Amino acid sequence: MACFIVPAAEAVITTVVTKVLQSKEKSSEESASHEVQASHGETALTAPAHTGRTPFSHKLQWLNNMLWGGSALLAFEHIWHGEVVPWAPFLTAASDPASAAEMLHEMATTGVTMALLVTAVWLGMVAVSSAIERRSETDNETQPADN
Amino acid sequence: MTLLITIFAAVICTILWYTKAPKNEMKLHILCFMYWGASIMWLVDAIYEFAELHADYFQPAPADMLNDAFLGLSVVALGLIIWLIVLLIKDPKGVVRAALTKQTNK
Repeated sequence: MACFIVPAAEAVITTVVTKVLQSKEKSSEESASHEVQASHGETALTAPAHTGRTPFSHKLQWLNNMLWGGSALLAFEHIWHGEVVPWAPFLTAASDPASAAEMLHEMATTGVTMALLVTAVWLGMVAVSSAIERRSETDNETQPADN
Repeated sequence: MTLLITIFAAVICTILWYTKAPKNEMKLHILCFMYWGASIMWLVDAIYEFAELHADYFQPAPADMLNDAFLGLSVVALGLIIWLIVLLIKDPKGVVRAALTKQTNK
């Protein structure tokens, strides 16, 4: 009925968080570059501070893409079934109280489960990518000792 | 049927992304995430429907199946259109920008 609204609402929040994180990461990267320049007596921006790890904002973008993409395609399905219309109140179920209660129940059950499952899958992806990054870091640290 | 078609689209896009990786000029990751996101959401929908209908869930009427298949293909087409719009706006290869500057220089 309107289950896609819950993941879409989560997508709005995660997009705002991503934008804030991106600006913070950018400013911290710039300040780190300036510190490197100051220590080397450089004047131009030549030494970006790269740790070799994927920034968290980039990982959060994966969740944004899944939530926005999934919500958009689900919204299309709802239009297809006539549950979303281009005139107010936009959701056909919102026109009478009985259907509205059913819609809210569906949002609270199916919608919340959808948002939770997408987030759980994303958390799994973050865990796996962090493990891969840690492993490659340890490989890089041990390689010079082997040679 | 919609869920199945979307899962197949997600798997094909992921394979295409993997064969092209680490190059990502075509921004295939957007398509992958979009289809996987929708697949997960429809999977939840399917689980709730299965809990309600039990075995009947696997015996849909032919007309419903046809409608769902049509919807699944439309969803895949919509996903491709969204990806194409994002690709042309972000223009990672600079093709659109080059074409526009070429026209203005003439």
